Parts: sequence; C-alpha cells; structure tokens
Amino acid sequence: MRIRACILLLLSLLVLEGSPARAAGRAELMARFATENFNEIDAAVTALAASGDEAAQTVIAALADRRLFYNPADKSVIYKDEAGKSFAAATGAELAVLPSGLKPVRINNKVRSSIEAALGSLTLLAPDPGKRRNAAEAVFKSRDPSALTAIEAALAKEQDPAVKRAMGEARAAILLQKADAPEAQRLEAVRLIRERGDQDALSLLHAIPADAPVAVEEAATGAIGAIENRLALWAAVQNAWYGLSLGSVLLLAAIGLAVTFGVMGVINMAHGEMVMLGAYTTFVIQDVMRQHGSTNMGLALALAVPAAFLVSGLAGIVIERGVIRFLYGRPLETLLATWGISLILQQAVRTGFGPTNREVDTPTFMSGAFDLGGMQITLNRLAIILFAIAVFVALQLVLRFTSFGLRTRAVTQNRRMASSMGIRTNWIDALTFGLGSGIAGLAGVALSQIDNVSPNLGQGYIIDSFLVVVFGGVGNLWGTLIAALSIGMANKFLEPFAGAVLGKIALLVFIILFIQKRPRGLFALKGRAVEV
Amino acid sequence: MRASSFGFVGPLGAGFLALLAIAAILVPLANLALPVGSALHVSTAAMSLAGKYLCYALLAVALDLVWGYCGILSLGHGAFFALGGYAMGMYLMRQIGSRGVYGNPSLPDFMVFLNWTKLPWYWTGFDLFPVAALMVLVAPGLLAFVFGWFAFRSRVTGVYLSIITQAMTYALQLAFFRNDMGFGGNNGMTDFKDVLGFPVQADATRAALFTITCVALGGGYLLCRALVTSKLGKVLIAIRDAESRVRFLGYRVENYKVFVFTISACLAGLAGALYVPQIGIINPSEFAPGNSIEMVIWVAVGGRGTLVGAALGAILVNYAKTLFTSGAMAEYWLFALGGLFVVVTLFLPKGVLGAAMDWLPTRRAAPRERTQPSAARDDDGRGNLDPCELT
Repeated sequence: MRIRACILLLLSLLVLEGSPARAAGRAELMARFATENFNEIDAAVTALAASGDEAAQTVIAALADRRLFYNPADKSVIYKDEAGKSFAAATGAELAVLPSGLKPVRINNKVRSSIEAALGSLTLLAPDPGKRRNAAEAVFKSRDPSALTAIEAALAKEQDPAVKRAMGEARAAILLQKADAPEAQRLEAVRLIRERGDQDALSLLHAIPADAPVAVEEAATGAIGAIENRLALWAAVQNAWYGLSLGSVLLLAAIGLAVTFGVMGVINMAHGEMVMLGAYTTFVIQDVMRQHGSTNMGLALALAVPAAFLVSGLAGIVIERGVIRFLYGRPLETLLATWGISLILQQAVRTGFGPTNREVDTPTFMSGAFDLGGMQITLNRLAIILFAIAVFVALQLVLRFTSFGLRTRAVTQNRRMASSMGIRTNWIDALTFGLGSGIAGLAGVALSQIDNVSPNLGQGYIIDSFLVVVFGGVGNLWGTLIAALSIGMANKFLEPFAGAVLGKIALLVFIILFIQKRPRGLFALKGRAVEV
Repeated sequence: MRASSFGFVGPLGAGFLALLAIAAILVPLANLALPVGSALHVSTAAMSLAGKYLCYALLAVALDLVWGYCGILSLGHGAFFALGGYAMGMYLMRQIGSRGVYGNPSLPDFMVFLNWTKLPWYWTGFDLFPVAALMVLVAPGLLAFVFGWFAFRSRVTGVYLSIITQAMTYALQLAFFRNDMGFGGNNGMTDFKDVLGFPVQADATRAALFTITCVALGGGYLLCRALVTSKLGKVLIAIRDAESRVRFLGYRVENYKVFVFTISACLAGLAGALYVPQIGIINPSEFAPGNSIEMVIWVAVGGRGTLVGAALGAILVNYAKTLFTSGAMAEYWLFALGGLFVVVTLFLPKGVLGAAMDWLPTRRAAPRERTQPSAARDDDGRGNLDPCELT
C-alpha cells in the first residue's frame, strides 16, 4: 500500500508537475464529489475551480460530459477521458483496472451553471497568457458577479502586465454592477474603465444601475464624457488613416500619369493598363516561384517590383515609339489612340490569363494588423503608404539629380531650346514615357495586394488618377501628392456623412467646379504662356 | 461655296437623305407587307437593330457637331443620350399603369418594391407624352447648358474639358446606380408595354418607330448642316482652328460654344429617347465613361467634320460590333475596336469619308474640303504654333 502510494506520488509528479502537498489537497477536493447531494457537488465544483488546481479543468469538463464517477466504497473519484481511458482524479494516474460498483457523479441545472462559470474562470489560470487574456475579456463582457472571486484570485497571481490589466478591467466591470461593493472600490472601477476608453467601456458605464451612490454616478458621467471625446478623436484619426491610405493608392496610380501627362502633355488612357500589367507581373512571378517549390512570397514581391517596372516601362516605350510619337501636338487624337491601346491590352490579358480574378498572395510580413491607441492599422495598407512615399521620393530624386532628369526637365521647359543644345528630345520622350509607365507598373505591384487582379483592374483607377493630376496642377509632382492626399482624405471624411457613393459623387462635382475656378489645377506652373 | 443644285445640303448630304428616305419607307414595308418566308422580308429584330444603329447615327451627328466643327471633344455625350433615354423610359414606365407585377396603378414596380408610397415630385407629368417629349430635350439640354456655361466661361478647353465631361458622366452613372434616386437603380427601367397607346412589341409599332428614327436622323442632320453652313457655322470652325484669334476678333467664344453644346446635347437626348422603346431597356450602364469614348470613335472612323461621315461611322462600327460579338469572333472584338482607334487616328485622320473624298476626282470642284479639320493644325498643336500664339 505504501509502495503503491509512493509510485502514484511519483507518477503525479511526472504527469502533473504538481507538488506533493498540492496533490494531497487535491485528493480532499476530489473526494467532495463522491456524493449524491447536488448542493455538495455544486460546492465541490466551486471549490475545485477556486483552488486553481491544474487538474480542475479536466475534472470539471469530465463532470460536464458525465464522464466523472465515484466509488462509494472508498470515496475515490475517477474520470474517463474522451477516448474512454480511466484516471484517478486525485492523482491523475491511469487506472488499468476499474473498481466495481462505480457510480456516476450526477448533475442538475444548478450544478451545470456552476460548471459553466467554473470553466470560464478556470481559463483565467491557463498557462497561455493569450488564453488568460481572452478569458478576462469574456468576463469583462459577461460581468458575471459569480466570477468575481475567481478573477480576484487570478489577478493576485497574474504576472503579465497586459493580462493583469485585462483582469483588472474585468473585475472593475463586475464591481460597477455590484450594488454592495464599497464605494471606494466602485470609484476605482470607474477610473479603470475610463482608462480603457473604448465602445465597450462606454456601454458599461451607461449600464451602471441607477441606485449607485452619487459619487459613483458623477464619476461615471465624467468618464462617459471623456470617453466620448476620446472616441470621437480616435474616429477622426482612424478616418485620417483611411484617407491617407486611399490617398497613397491614388498617388501611386496617378504619379506615373503626372509624369506622362504633366511633364510631357501626353494623355495616356492606357495608363490604367500599365498598372494592370504590373499587377499581372506580380502574379506571374509568384506563380513561377510556386512552381519551383518556393513559398517565399516576400521574395516574390521584392522581385516583382523591378520586374513590373521593366515590363510596364518597356510596354510604355513600345507604345510611345509605335503610336504616340506620331501624334505629338494632337492631344485629343493621342487620347483616342491610347484608349484603343488600353482596349487591346485588356483583351490581350483577358485572352492570356482568363477573365477571372487571379490570386496574388500577401507575404506574411504584410498580413495582419495592430492597434495603435484607439485605431487599427493593417500592415498591407501601411506597407503601401511607405511604398508610395518611397516611389515619390525616388522619382523626385531621379528628376532632380540625374542627367536623365535634367534633360527631361529641359525638354519640358523648352523643347526647341533643349533640342538646340543637343538633347535628343525624342529619346527623352520615349524614356520619360517609359518612366511614367514603369511607375504605373510599380503601382500595380502595390494594388495587387489590396485589389482584385483582373483585366479590369486599371479601368477603376483611370478617371480618379486623371482627376488627381488635373486637380493638383499639371507638371507639378508636389501638386499631385497634395491632390492625391486631399482627395483621399475628403473621400473618407465624406463617407460617414454621405455614404460611399454620394461622397464620391460630391467629390467629382467638386473637382468639376474646381477646374472651372482654376483651370490649371491647384499648383499651376506660373508663366506667361498663352493657352493655345 | 454651295453646290448649287442641292442647296445648303450638298450632293453628299442629298444622297444621304435620299438613302434615309428610301430606308424609312422600304424597310417597314418589307417587314409588314411581305410574308415571313419571302426573300426580301425584314424581320422585326433586324429592323429594331437597324433602328438602334440609326439612333447611334443621330448621336454621332450630334457629337460631330461639337467635335468636328467646334473642337469640343466631349467624352460625356453618353450622359445626354442616357438622360433622353431616361426621360422616355419614365414615360413608358408610367404607361404600364396597373399591369406591373405589383399592379399598382400609379407607382412603377421598383418603387413599390422599395416601399415608396407616392411618386417623387420629379416624376410629375411623365404620364403625359408631351411633357415627357419636352423633357427628352430639356433634361440633357439643361445639363449641357449649365455645364457648358461654367466650363466655357472659365475657358476650360482641350483635354481638360474632355476629362471633366468624363467625370460628369461618371458621376451621373454613380448617381443613377442609387436606388434612392428613384430611377430604378441598378436595373433601370424595362418591361415596357405601350407607347402612345400602341403596344411596344407589335411589328407595326416597331416599324413606325423605325420610320420616326429615320425622320429624326434626317431632321437632325438637316439642322446641323444648316447650322454649320450658316455664318454661325463659320465662327464655330474658326473657334475650332484658332480659338484665341476668334476671341481677339471680338466674338464671344463661350456663347457660341454653349449654344452648340446645348443643341448637340438635345439631339443626343432625342437619339436616346428613340433608342429606349426599340431596345426595351434603359439602365445606368448607358452612362459608362467607356461608352462615351466609343461614340467618339464612330465619328472619327466616319470622318469628323462631315456629319454624314459621323452617321456612317456609327452605323459601320456598330454593324461590325454586332457581326463580331454574335459569332465565334466575340473574343476578338475588343482587339478590333482597339485597333480601329489606333489605325484611324494614325492613318485616317479624316476618317473613311474624308479619305474617300480625297480620292474622288471631283475633289477640285468641291470646296467642301474646307469644312474638314486638317490633321496638322488641329487643336492645340505643339508642332504647329501660330506666331501670335507663341509664348
């Protein structure tokens, strides 16, 4: 008998890593289940849950599923796992032979509700901090007064600050509703909830019972006001973030156009299709890498950036050399011819890749989101904003500090003079067009992460990007930047009031009217040129 | 200037009108009088299709009036066309009466579906044909007038104008997609029953609609032709070729532009109104910016600044579209259309008709040439600046 107890002890040490003293306490706790009395079983559940014993969850879950038995002879308690194996509850050791005369531990509705509460609060003690935090959040939402003891016990043991905070808030949520809690505790609770400051906190404070002391009510009213202000502020910040994100997409789509339309005066209706080509390049590169067994989509995206620039840029140069150069000086004809090219490109892609959306994977470092204060930031949007800034800066640097940029600016300012100085203007035209188209290809790489990669991808952006360029002022990249951001912001700030469609219509009408007032955009190039 | 025997219409226009007159009489006859088995019988479907082409032709003539003669490249004429169509569609919806699915005598089905209890104020009077007919012209005309008033007075020209006309039709498309607008939302209006008491589906009604479309096209052509051959037309052409000079000479350029833009929009609205009963549906996709650009290519293919050419171009391109998209070649239609845009702008700047007239031996005798825009000094030519317009 002694030897057997020693072995069991050892086993329990191995299996449960529990201390001998604990195991002894556990045996007592378990023994309380060996009864027919529902009230005693109920008390046993609560006591076991409150003990924080590692086996508590297993045993209580077994009870809920009616897999818990007791031996009336020696009052020992046995549970079966889901596979049907039997274990001694007091030690956790597997039993090879079942004693005869086992009786199931019975449950009624009262016990069942205790079991549910116990299981809820038990996860408060789970080893995984994420689970503990979720449990605390669940208690915060349910505000079940019976969980108060459990949460206080858990709070006392908790080490992780984030989880500790969640538990504190859960405790505060319960205390706020509890009429017999001391006033000081409730005031402290209001303070904690006020710090939390989100929508849940607001509804919690609104739900404080009317019979609460005056001091608590006043504190709650103050907290509600503070939270509402805070929420309004964060909503505005979140909107600004969305606007920034939309603005960066618009900027990416429009900046290539700003080069071709602004710098060269060429209307490229096929610009959207250059974006589409960039997106399809991304798809092809990912596809090829997948066929060669690589799953590193981040690398695929890194490769897609230069590849898309080259593909779209070369397509642009071909279009310029093949069609547009014959149409210089006839902008309206250029518009029609490039529209035709856009139709051809769309159909070519539709024939080659099919009319349906193609799947482009988002690399792991770009998926997911994090909270910053009261707003949520998705990583792919953040990446696109950074990418847009990088493209804009790079383009400015190229135009300002390279020999090619110098020549481009010279041709823009005075074509004949530049030509007289020995600049091969038609090569500059071709390269500039290629640059603008290549940037559109870069935009395609970014858009493939947030939009459907389909042959119609470019169509959705062409009107918007033209409006951005025209609004910002032709021939001015900074104007394009400001126009893209303000249109993105305006769109997102109009949406809550007017709805997405009406907001968009309002914006279109505004831009139409704006162009009446300033036909050359926000930042028109100053000069004495007669509008020919 | 004028080819004496044909008045202001000219031999080409006279031939065009004669063809139209013949079609207006013979096609309905071939549909109604000849038995179905006859070799010369024209099916109702074919007649409606031809009627659709003629509506497009009228639209193209309207577009040619502003683009070919005044240099205003509107990429939003689809909006005027669709507004006319909607005005007609509203009349046709009201004619359904209690025969709709919900049997409501005063509300169209889609309003019953949205739980509306009474007709919105802007539907007032659309059960009366004269009101609807007036609105067919007034709605697009008013929009064009207001839009043109703002745009032309601010001297928005060239591609800027093209882009904001495109933004206009895009905004309208978005607006008409909304159910709250009271124009049937996404589905638009369809399932028409009667027009002026005649059943829309009946052969005789279709034949009459065809004839009316021919007459409207002929009338629209005559109106535009009269405009462009008048003194006003000369000012328009001058504006197209050198807007600043015309302004320096003391003409109020914007007034001419607003006037001709409004007339053009009214004609486009009329085309839309004739289109709807023959096609049987009107929905917001008619406002799609792509449609409006496609209209421009009809004019370019036929030859801008010729009016007859615009009509021919619309018929040709749309006939080709029907041929392509109904067969196994459907996939290649966009290649063909896109190619057409490129080829016409590169190699046929005067369009089919312009190129043909260059080839004709009568060329020397016909000073009509001068009404066509020359490719070289078109709009704001970078390669072809006037000394007085240099910086």
